[in-house]
Amino acid sequence: MSSTAIEIQSKRGMWGGGNEPLKASYGKLMMWFFLLSDIFTFTAFLITYGAIRMSYPAYAGESADFVSSNEYWPIPERIFDAVPFIHGVHFPLVFVGLMTFILILSSVTMVLAVEAGHRNDKKDVVKWMLWTLLGGITFLSCQAWEWSHFIHGTDEGTLLTYVNSASNLVSETVYGANLIVNEYGPAPFAQLFFFITGFHGFHVTLGVFLLFLAFYQAAVGVYEERGHYEMIEKIGLYWHFVDLVWVFVFTFFYLI
Amino acid sequence: MEHDNHKELEVIPRDSAKIKKIWMTALILFMVTAVEFLLAFTMDRGLLLYIIFIVLTIVKAKYIMMEFMHLGDEAKPLFYSIIVPLIFLVWLIIALMREGADIFLMRW
Repeated sequence: MSSTAIEIQSKRGMWGGGNEPLKASYGKLMMWFFLLSDIFTFTAFLITYGAIRMSYPAYAGESADFVSSNEYWPIPERIFDAVPFIHGVHFPLVFVGLMTFILILSSVTMVLAVEAGHRNDKKDVVKWMLWTLLGGITFLSCQAWEWSHFIHGTDEGTLLTYVNSASNLVSETVYGANLIVNEYGPAPFAQLFFFITGFHGFHVTLGVFLLFLAFYQAAVGVYEERGHYEMIEKIGLYWHFVDLVWVFVFTFFYLI
Repeated sequence: MEHDNHKELEVIPRDSAKIKKIWMTALILFMVTAVEFLLAFTMDRGLLLYIIFIVLTIVKAKYIMMEFMHLGDEAKPLFYSIIVPLIFLVWLIIALMREGADIFLMRW
């Protein structure tokens, strides 16, 4: 069998069939191409953010004197400045920074799980999968708090003139955010926040389900029975991708 | 792929050099994020700062894709079939930034 296979290969070349030009299993290839399509989706969202932001005036004054208004796009570090349990103190970007660290850390424990899978080390796989799972759940909890704070808003609110859902022009103090009006800036600012971080959070939620599945199956010995830990690798690819997207969301939504 | 039932998988001992490399990559990612964080409060907002942020983000993306997702270790055709389609995004960025700027001129 092996001698004929070699003969055919040499005649047909790399793409002539009878071999694996991409040298990856079906599952891993499909995960990569799914992730490529997901890169396009997320990039389209972030580019949309850029285009809509550019269609609004920027805040002209000093960053320290910033006041919210729906006339111009807000400065993110003046908006995202709250941390849980400490009320009314200005901690710009500290909480999202923490969330970034948590997600990167859970990505690291995921690589360690994949590495343990290559060594068929069930004990290490289970240990690192559990840490990754914890990281994912912690990140989701942080995002839930972040959303809740964003929706409920600050104590002061902002006095805005805007067109409400009944198509009337009203002038009132607005607290927090919804899809029609928000106290931070123009309506698309909150819409894009919900849309982009929400879609990312949805991916994280799916990831946490997959992580739990992999953790459970590794723990009860499904992969040991199967003879390889490739499932850990595939779910790992997805989990790193979620981290990769967050790195971009962090830059374009919170830093710039 | 082996599909026959291996009840007894041989456990290969840890390679500390490999594990050290993973933690080194993690350290780099943390440091880059810390630098971004620091720059956000020390530099004036403007085009230069935005370019620095984008470059640092691409550096982080490179480390995540190459070291964590092992894209660099895959066969070359697979590597390029993931990286090359991203060229389309360059056009999308140019087109929509231009579009945004034009909407701005129409509105104000």
